[in-house]
Amino acid sequence: MIEMFSYAFIQRAFITGLLVSLCSALLGVSLVLRRYSMIGDGLSHVGFGALAAASVLSVSPMALTLPVVVVAAVLLLRLNEKSRIGGDSAVALIASSSLAIGVVLISYVKGTNTDINNFLFGSLLAVGKGDCVLSVVLSLIVIVSYILLYPRLYAVTFDPVFARSAGVKADRYTTLLAVLAAVTITLGMRMLGSLLISALIIFPCLSAMRVMESYKAVTIYSAVQSVVCFIIGFLASYALGTPSGASIVIVHLIAFLLALAAGYLKDRGFLRH
Amino acid sequence: MILLEAKNLTLGYEGQVVTRNINFRVEEGDYLCITGDNGAGKSTLVKAILSLHSPLSGSLDFNIERNSIGYLPQSSHVDSSFPTNVGEVVLSGNVSRLGGKRFFYTREERMRSLDNLEKMGVLDLRRKSFQTLSGGQRQRVLLARALTAASRVLLLDEPAAGLDVHTSSELYSLIDSLNHNGMTIIMVTHDIHPALNSATRILHLGQSIFFASRDEFFSSPVGKKYLEEAGHHD
Repeated sequence: MIEMFSYAFIQRAFITGLLVSLCSALLGVSLVLRRYSMIGDGLSHVGFGALAAASVLSVSPMALTLPVVVVAAVLLLRLNEKSRIGGDSAVALIASSSLAIGVVLISYVKGTNTDINNFLFGSLLAVGKGDCVLSVVLSLIVIVSYILLYPRLYAVTFDPVFARSAGVKADRYTTLLAVLAAVTITLGMRMLGSLLISALIIFPCLSAMRVMESYKAVTIYSAVQSVVCFIIGFLASYALGTPSGASIVIVHLIAFLLALAAGYLKDRGFLRH
Repeated sequence: MILLEAKNLTLGYEGQVVTRNINFRVEEGDYLCITGDNGAGKSTLVKAILSLHSPLSGSLDFNIERNSIGYLPQSSHVDSSFPTNVGEVVLSGNVSRLGGKRFFYTREERMRSLDNLEKMGVLDLRRKSFQTLSGGQRQRVLLARALTAASRVLLLDEPAAGLDVHTSSELYSLIDSLNHNGMTIIMVTHDIHPALNSATRILHLGQSIFFASRDEFFSSPVGKKYLEEAGHHD
């Protein structure tokens, strides 16, 4: 199994995947707790549309997708803030439209389904050198901003009204959250594809919430689960020859079920120390 | 010393006036109760005091740092299923102290939040999950957070809503003792007891707006009507 890491493309895939997993777990906690998890799903579909357009226009996929998804993220959050129900439907509307436009663009212009398959389910092993460097830089920016702003993000996430009363510009942090989420989702789409990326955002946080009681513990647990599940899924997909994105998601599903069981036992008074 | 003064304050949204011509002032050490029916503009006034809402006209002058008011929101505002523990909630009361300068809390700020938990008698809950607390414990924790944020003024929005009689009277005496120790209290309340027992001044919002000392208020027609509706008879 060690010899797999002698290939440069596997090294790139591993590093990119690891960092993106960490980012999505950290942001996932804020997104899920602020009830924005559907936005993650919506953004990944917008990303699909943008990737398809990039492929048809033969421009660099990241160069087009990143700004499109960032703009979509800010718009969707604003919509969501105005009205809960309206925002929800708007996410679904935008998501399916982007998906449809993407699929039609690719099959009409290119007449092939390979790209569609890659965009939907990810192509981690196809991460090129440029994309890898870009992913590393962007992930580090996401992680560092998250750590530095942690106390403020906590205050805004737990009780936005109190945070605003204390002079925190809550809207600014919401926008920042949207931008960081958009960056992470765009990076993660290369790895898991647009259909699976929301798993990476939602699973770690939901698992952590079953077993952990403090916000810090939930955050750390999410990060650890995300990294561990990525490594297991990545190795398993290599050993079994299964698609890497789907394998990683299945490992997350197993971790979630285990956390569910542990949480159940904890509520019933087992596992008490 | 006057900490806060409203002159001809008119509040509302997009030209729709909620309440007009409010005049009141808060002096150091005051215990001001803001009473009034639903829709009389109490929540809008709270937002205005927190600088989250700009008045349509009139003025609201502060003699204190605007974000140094310790705010206790209505309990329904706080998501009780949020995964966090008591220590984290109270620590976040320091968030205004970060200003634009620092990223993390200092040791003093951590100690400050623990001190306030102790003052509220819930220091032993500091590692407990916030979700598992009772209503009364939750309000004490949020009060400790407000204290952590406050330097001189607490703004309490219906602090005893949803609490049983025993728990709410405990909470009120806790608030009384804070007031005796010099903390200025502004409290929005539907409950007549703090207004009757503890307040030094009353601001009544409604058809007629009334700002007076407690005794003046309860001997006025508005105050008498309010007493009667609350089921108090002499």
